[in-house]
Amino acid sequence: MFGNIKRLSKCIGEYKKSSILSPIFVMIEVIMECLIPFFTADLITYIEFYNRSNGQNVNPPQLIDFIMSFGVTNYLGIVGVYCAILLVLAVLSLTFGALAGIHCSRASCGFAKNLRKELYSSSQNFSFENIDKFSTSSLVTRLTTDVTNVQQSFMMIIRTAVRSPFMFIFSIVMAVIRGGVMALVFVVVIPILLFGLITIARKAMPIFRKVFKKYDTLNASVQENVHGMRVVKSFVREEHETKKFENASSDVANDFTRAEKILAFNSPIMQLCMYIVMVSVCLLGSYLIISSNSVVFAIGDFTATLTYGMQILMSLMMLSMIFVMTTMSLESANRICEVLDEKPTIENPENPVMIVENGDIEYENVSFKYSQRAEKNALTNINLSIKSGQTVGIIGGTGSSKSSLIQLLPRLYDATEGVVRVGGVDVREYDIEVLRDAVSIVLQKNVLFSGTIKDNLRWGNENATDEEMERACMLAQAHDFVMSFPDGYDHYVEQGGTNLSGGQKQRLCIARAILKRPKILILDDSTSAVDTRTDALIRKAMKEEIPDTTKIIIAQRISSVEEADIIIILDDGQINGLGSHEFLIENNEIYRDIYTSQTKSSSKETSVEGDDSNE
Amino acid sequence: MNKTVKNPRGPVMGRPQKKVKKGTFGRVIKYLFKFYKGPIILVAICIVLSAIAGASPSIFQQTVLSYVEDALTMISGDSSTENALAAYFPLIIITVSILIGIYVIGLIASFIYTRTMAKVTQGFLHKMRTLMFSKMQKLPIKYFDTHTHGDIMSHYTNDIDTLRQLVSQSIPQMITASITIITVVCFMLYMSVWMTLVVIVGVIAITIVTKVIGGGGAKYFVRQQISLGKAEGYIEEMMNGQKVVKVFNHEDKSKAEFEKLNDQLCQDATTANKYANTLMPIINNIGHILYVLIVFVGIILVVNKVPNLSFSGSEFLQIATVISFIGMSKQFTNNISQLSQQANAIIMGLAGAERIFELLDEEPEADEGYVTLVNATEDENGNLKESEKRTGIWAWKHPHSADGSVTYTRLCGDVRLNEVDFGYVENKIVLHDVSLYAEPGQKIAFVGATGAGKTTITNLINRFYDIADGKIRYDGININKIKKDDLRRSLGIVLQDVNLFTGTVMDNIRYGKLDATDEECIAAAKLANAHSFITMLPDGYNTMLNGSGSGLSQGQRQLISIARAAVADPPVMILDEATSSIDTRTESIVQTGMDSLMKGRTVFVIAHRLSTIKNSDVIMVLDHGRIIERGSHDDLIAQRGKYYQLYTGAFELE
Repeated sequence: MFGNIKRLSKCIGEYKKSSILSPIFVMIEVIMECLIPFFTADLITYIEFYNRSNGQNVNPPQLIDFIMSFGVTNYLGIVGVYCAILLVLAVLSLTFGALAGIHCSRASCGFAKNLRKELYSSSQNFSFENIDKFSTSSLVTRLTTDVTNVQQSFMMIIRTAVRSPFMFIFSIVMAVIRGGVMALVFVVVIPILLFGLITIARKAMPIFRKVFKKYDTLNASVQENVHGMRVVKSFVREEHETKKFENASSDVANDFTRAEKILAFNSPIMQLCMYIVMVSVCLLGSYLIISSNSVVFAIGDFTATLTYGMQILMSLMMLSMIFVMTTMSLESANRICEVLDEKPTIENPENPVMIVENGDIEYENVSFKYSQRAEKNALTNINLSIKSGQTVGIIGGTGSSKSSLIQLLPRLYDATEGVVRVGGVDVREYDIEVLRDAVSIVLQKNVLFSGTIKDNLRWGNENATDEEMERACMLAQAHDFVMSFPDGYDHYVEQGGTNLSGGQKQRLCIARAILKRPKILILDDSTSAVDTRTDALIRKAMKEEIPDTTKIIIAQRISSVEEADIIIILDDGQINGLGSHEFLIENNEIYRDIYTSQTKSSSKETSVEGDDSNE
Repeated sequence: MNKTVKNPRGPVMGRPQKKVKKGTFGRVIKYLFKFYKGPIILVAICIVLSAIAGASPSIFQQTVLSYVEDALTMISGDSSTENALAAYFPLIIITVSILIGIYVIGLIASFIYTRTMAKVTQGFLHKMRTLMFSKMQKLPIKYFDTHTHGDIMSHYTNDIDTLRQLVSQSIPQMITASITIITVVCFMLYMSVWMTLVVIVGVIAITIVTKVIGGGGAKYFVRQQISLGKAEGYIEEMMNGQKVVKVFNHEDKSKAEFEKLNDQLCQDATTANKYANTLMPIINNIGHILYVLIVFVGIILVVNKVPNLSFSGSEFLQIATVISFIGMSKQFTNNISQLSQQANAIIMGLAGAERIFELLDEEPEADEGYVTLVNATEDENGNLKESEKRTGIWAWKHPHSADGSVTYTRLCGDVRLNEVDFGYVENKIVLHDVSLYAEPGQKIAFVGATGAGKTTITNLINRFYDIADGKIRYDGININKIKKDDLRRSLGIVLQDVNLFTGTVMDNIRYGKLDATDEECIAAAKLANAHSFITMLPDGYNTMLNGSGSGLSQGQRQLISIARAAVADPPVMILDEATSSIDTRTESIVQTGMDSLMKGRTVFVIAHRLSTIKNSDVIMVLDHGRIIERGSHDDLIAQRGKYYQLYTGAFELE
């Protein structure tokens, strides 16, 4: 726990000054604030004395001597000086309070900024393995909600959390100075309140933690229901669902009620303590004043004790609140640290090879697991050799590790055993950027980003000319539809490419990958939403236009790989068959199976529209 | 990737954008009263009592202090302290005893109020949630098609949360603050009108400062929200495309881009927070300055023996009164700023309540159908008779209002569409003049590009949407006359997007027929070819699934949903891209299950893989809402039309 806090505090960085100044200013503000009732008490006592003695000071407070030594002797003059002191104190307290507020905002917002920045950059350095570990949505939550939570508690820590204990201590000191024996009442009240608050927090917190989880489950079930509304309605299960929901919801409500009923003790306990202070000051205080004729305890002390009493109790209350809220954000802090502490599993070698000679590919006894804990290998004992410029088709059922196989090439993952070589060199010896520029992959789950088509294409090559972009699009059979947009290549693509059809997206992704001028181009099921004719055109264009590039095509359709130089049949992470179409038809059962399932009555399997299937 | 529950409106901050409709507040109160009339009245009384108890000490303090003052004057007048004590201390004890009495009442009230409120709040939220949910179940599919799931979800998360704030905090605190203010003002006027005016001046100053700073702050908070939205949008887009970022070595660029947004956000957030953070110390210290003002003015009044204007009738201002004014001014200003804070929260809470009411006010799915589905027995003459028990024979019970007679028609699964036109929005027809006949046991397939209207036709048969023109008959009955629930019960549906629910595999299969025995479910699973993989799961049929069905492949989830439809055993099935998520090799395994499921039923199949539908009795090729070709596979191949082109891959539909 403390390790994580230490880790996060590093992110304060250049905002250290503000983070330190803020509590210092708060401290000064608190001192000023605590002095105000002190002087007010003096003033009141003085007035009361004066009023009673008709101008003759019977037993003036010590401060009066001090003021009178400056030559201010008349009644109103003294009152004026007191008021001036009080005003100065109020203005100072205001100034320092405001300054603390400003520095606090600077520090907390800056801290949040640094946190986000570090989180973002460590997530950018993640390898695929790291990315798989944290789901996209959890990364987004960590960067948004969790950072906001931590920012809030940081703000509270450098301001309120400093203020309350100081307020508590100064108020007690002042109460003792002003109240003397009267301050003994706090010895009774503070333990009562502390005990009450701690007991409440300890009883309620575990219930809350449990019920928040239940609450999340409840909301998840609503979401499930909304998503599955067609199913619900088709099976006429509306009432069934409502009953299910009502039970779950009332369960949550009961637990919440239980927790909140405990929490409900908070304000009566606080009130009880305040009332005890009030009653004892009224009773004992007035007794002391009268019996000692204002010597031990004066009217001013009476009011001061009450004010300090209020401050003491309030600051305790605040402390318990801060405690609860910061413990809640501790979980956010932990989640953030998980990301910050995550080591990228793939890093650049020390003296990297900076050039990829050609598109030769070699797998030597390669086995691969997605994580060390995984029981099963995703790939087992793969041996392969592909020459530069060849076209390779990979085919196999869902879950046969087709994608895993090719993701080892650009080092998206590292092989667990064995060696993968590109251009005759172990991929682990290359500079990662060089390698990934040479091995261009069109991912199965591909994404376009918000921006124009040109912006998206430039991901492949920042300095691509218009001609180059057009050529790449022509090759990917995307040029025609791009030109059909009113803005052509300046057509704006919405986030996630929602304003393009599946096939259009896929073709733009291919064009983007081609723009890299890779030595190896991998299409991971990238034409599934493209009709067979266009698919064939893309393959033809690739063969003619980029003959030296090694092309690897993963597909569901036999027709997509039929003409490849080598077809690899993957089954359960192992190479089941390897060879040309004709060879495999003769000799490979799986291939034959797939082939017949797609062409039952002699004709070719076709897809009419987007086959959005994925594993 | 699964979409997570997102908050489409962003965190609730700054000022609400929209004016709240009138009457929303009244409606919240009405609902509260409806569910918890007794407790609410009790709570209201207790709040008032506890607020008065909280505000009254100032007047007792004043009384006590004035006794003390008198006692001290007595001592100054050469009386002994013992005498002064004897004279005044009993009075003080009496005063304090009354105070203790009020405190005890206040404490009891506050205890009752907080405990009852916890129960009322949670119960109220539970009732509102259930109301919303059961209302939601009654809404037409159109509602779900026209509202994003995130928006619907936010009713249950954000809106309920603001409602909780409103009911459990804002309203009670508003009442407490108002009562306290009223009580304090009464006490103040009772003691001194002049001094009251001084306090009012201070309160006006505080209100102005709050307006100025708060108003400026609001502007910057809006700006902060905008930058936050931009930064979070960027984060989301980049995290979604993170693998693409890696593949294109785009890390440094995306970092640089993010840094720009992040810096802007930091800048805007700092400014906004500066306003928020300085407001409190400023208000606090204006309170202190007010202190000084009260003392100063009070003393001048006391010293100069200015005639006091008060309802208590005391002639001159006493020091004790000035002292209690200090305390009261604090109470007064605290509660004023409390009120202004709560005013915002209340507007926000009402906006949430309004959104909840919007959902509750949605028009439910209308159903004028009166033809119902009943169990029946058949006598030797072939006449149908209604039966209480499950007989395996189903019949449509058709009451005729004209002569009061009832006819029974056997459920067979004969579906006919006659010149049907339909549009999701008026004036935009997506289906034109569609006619088709599906006889019991036939397999009808729809082929066509996205948007050609395939799914739309099935949406019409189960009346998720109602047709604009034409007629749909089911076993010879116009489907508008059939009760929607019964109509849907007679139709089984398997969708591409498999929705399984949290629960065991068995629960999910049983969803098709709630009273199905384990044996029936297992038989259905066997029929769908799902049995073998289910038995291989860690807990077999008792394996827990969560919403996304994690741990199961898409194909396996699809098989479960087929079993779910099978256990319902409907005469008509609609398979909308049911096997598209399964690779062709697995599909051939599923196909056997599907074939046995389809046997003896009228089936509508939508598939983009032509191999899936080749063996249909009739294939309809749809294009832009019209049936352009129809016939069996061989017919259509022979026609050499669009189907032929599709089949040979010479044509692209996008």
